[in-house]
Amino acid sequence: MLYRSHVMVCGGTGCTSSNSDRIAKCFEEEIANKGLDKEVQVVRTGCFGLCELGPVVVVYPEGVFYSRVKEEYVPEIVEEHLLKGRVVKKYLYGESVTEEGIKPLEETAFFKKQQRVALRNCGLINPEDIKEAIAFDGYKALAKVLTEMTPEEVINEIKKSGLRGRGGGGFPTGIKWEFAYNQKETPKYVVCNADEGDPGAFMDRSVLEGDPHSVLEAMAIAGYAIGANHGYIYVRAEYPLAVKRLQIAIDQAREYGLLGKNIFNTGFDFDIEIRLGAGAFVCGEETALLNSVMGKRGEPRPRPPFPAVKGVWEKPTIVNNVETYANIPAIILNGSEWFASIGTEKSKGTKVFALGGKINNTGLVEIPMGTTLREIIFEIGGGIPNGKKFKAAQTGGPSGGCIPAEHLDTPIDYDSLLNIGSMMGSGGLIVMDEDNCMVDIAKFFLEFTVDESCGKCSPCRIGTRRMLELLNKITSGKGEEGDIEKLETLANSIKASSLCALGQTAPNPVLSTIRYFRDEYEAHIKEKRCPAGVCQALLKFRIDPDKCKGCGICAKNCPTNAISGKVKQPHVIDQDKCIKCGTCMDKCPFDAIYKK
Amino acid sequence: MKSIEELEKIRKETLEKVNLRKDRNGIRITVGMATCGIAAGARPVMMAILDELGKRNITDVVVAETGCIGMCKYEPMVDVYVPGQEKVTYIKVDENKARQIVAEHVVNGHPIKEWTISSVE
Repeated sequence: MLYRSHVMVCGGTGCTSSNSDRIAKCFEEEIANKGLDKEVQVVRTGCFGLCELGPVVVVYPEGVFYSRVKEEYVPEIVEEHLLKGRVVKKYLYGESVTEEGIKPLEETAFFKKQQRVALRNCGLINPEDIKEAIAFDGYKALAKVLTEMTPEEVINEIKKSGLRGRGGGGFPTGIKWEFAYNQKETPKYVVCNADEGDPGAFMDRSVLEGDPHSVLEAMAIAGYAIGANHGYIYVRAEYPLAVKRLQIAIDQAREYGLLGKNIFNTGFDFDIEIRLGAGAFVCGEETALLNSVMGKRGEPRPRPPFPAVKGVWEKPTIVNNVETYANIPAIILNGSEWFASIGTEKSKGTKVFALGGKINNTGLVEIPMGTTLREIIFEIGGGIPNGKKFKAAQTGGPSGGCIPAEHLDTPIDYDSLLNIGSMMGSGGLIVMDEDNCMVDIAKFFLEFTVDESCGKCSPCRIGTRRMLELLNKITSGKGEEGDIEKLETLANSIKASSLCALGQTAPNPVLSTIRYFRDEYEAHIKEKRCPAGVCQALLKFRIDPDKCKGCGICAKNCPTNAISGKVKQPHVIDQDKCIKCGTCMDKCPFDAIYKK
Repeated sequence: MKSIEELEKIRKETLEKVNLRKDRNGIRITVGMATCGIAAGARPVMMAILDELGKRNITDVVVAETGCIGMCKYEPMVDVYVPGQEKVTYIKVDENKARQIVAEHVVNGHPIKEWTISSVE
């Protein structure tokens, strides 16, 4: 059946949580009511990237983009747009409506500078239908590899493309495959690391939800290249939608003979199993992940031996990240020269970033390596909300560091980020504005790593906790001269002596905030002041006598009776009783209460 | 999956159904679907166009609806936009004419002059 119009409703986790499933059902009902169900198809698809504006609905052939769709919009969109052919402009993504008419989605600021390689099918296909994946060249690369290429040729192609691991480390993928290929021991294994754990990162989840077949195909290609017949996808149980779609994809691929025995009649067998993780951050570290895959406690072990020598069941294993795999079929089909033509000298291709924090277009973007942070935040990301000033961006989550305004024009790649004291990480990008306290941010990330430290080695287990205690001391106004230096010494020892990357990188947020925002640390310690007004213990709530009308609302609401004053006369806060809850500030009808 | 041909067959078949999400540069056919058009029978006309395109495995043609252009007495009206050429407007189209428009104009590139609006004005 050929449909004249396709209504693509985003079924990613972001939009699903804003009830996109209900919207899709409304469309189906309304379309059936109008008798259009033979002409118009409703498709639940993967993430489009503009999660901020969810639930999003794209209607083809026009390719127009309805944002923040509510149930009550649906009858009007069906009646006007789908029945009468008149796009309902008032519900469209505002950026796409101009005086000259409706801009194609690709022309809007959010999409214009993006280049979608890993996300090529996200939002374009129904991830639960293998045929739609095949329609857009799914499994074509696997067919090419199995029938036209030798394993050596595959490895060379990946090496020449310059693809580096997208999980954070940036190790060249082709070289990793070659190590495993050269091992004599069999059987070998292919593992997909889908244990995405950085706060604020959701690239891998979106690929698994929007285009699971690209990962399955790439794993089979990897299996052929290194000589493995079995794959494991290690995905966290907190990603129920990704797990569900992966399982559907695996089942369909088996049904179509794209996984299993004798694929394409070439004698090559490959199958994939899902392993659910319980959500421990350390299990994203490859040796801990391998232990967890085997049902052991998720703790890292020293390397070498590297997984390519001793991995799952002590056999040669490659571990690659979801996004790395998603790039593989595109490299095989378009050639390594094509891939190497995108990006910078040492970082080829594109990178997916999850934008979050103080930014207008919260969502998922894929940009060529070498794009500047300024372009990502101010052009694609739409800038900082409420006219606030940019302060810093955190990349690499709890393993990375912050990038201050002076480095906004640095072209982003693996090496440039390391040079300015941060790291690529898996691609979380959290934007902070003038209202964020950098000491508090460092504390937030350190709290995370302290919680997630597996406890096997003492530098990480004890060291990070001592660092957190120092930060707590500083933010509660008890900081002393020398605390910053203590933090630095501790940080450097932890980095040098921890067993795995979790501990080795845990001090990074502290070190980089000290590097760029030492004055904020000093203000906390010397002046007992939090310049951004975040650290509760250092704040004082006061009443502006000129603005106070003496209505008494604050005094009535104060939980500790710290506010006193006569009716119609300015009130005062007793600082000894005040617990700094901020209730008075919220309740004051005259904005007479301020914190400083 | 036993052969690349098998994969290619599925790819082609499905691409026909989903390609309008990606390639949108081909011929565009619009059917007047305001009250006047619908009353004159525009919907069976559009279904015939879709059906004919489907039978012929034509995937790069977009079929869309449009509103009333003011010449209600000539409905159902169908516009054919070929990239780089002037639009051709057909009037009083029925299912049979619709199928021939697809065959002659869209496939063979010969507009059927006697059914166009220029034949009456």
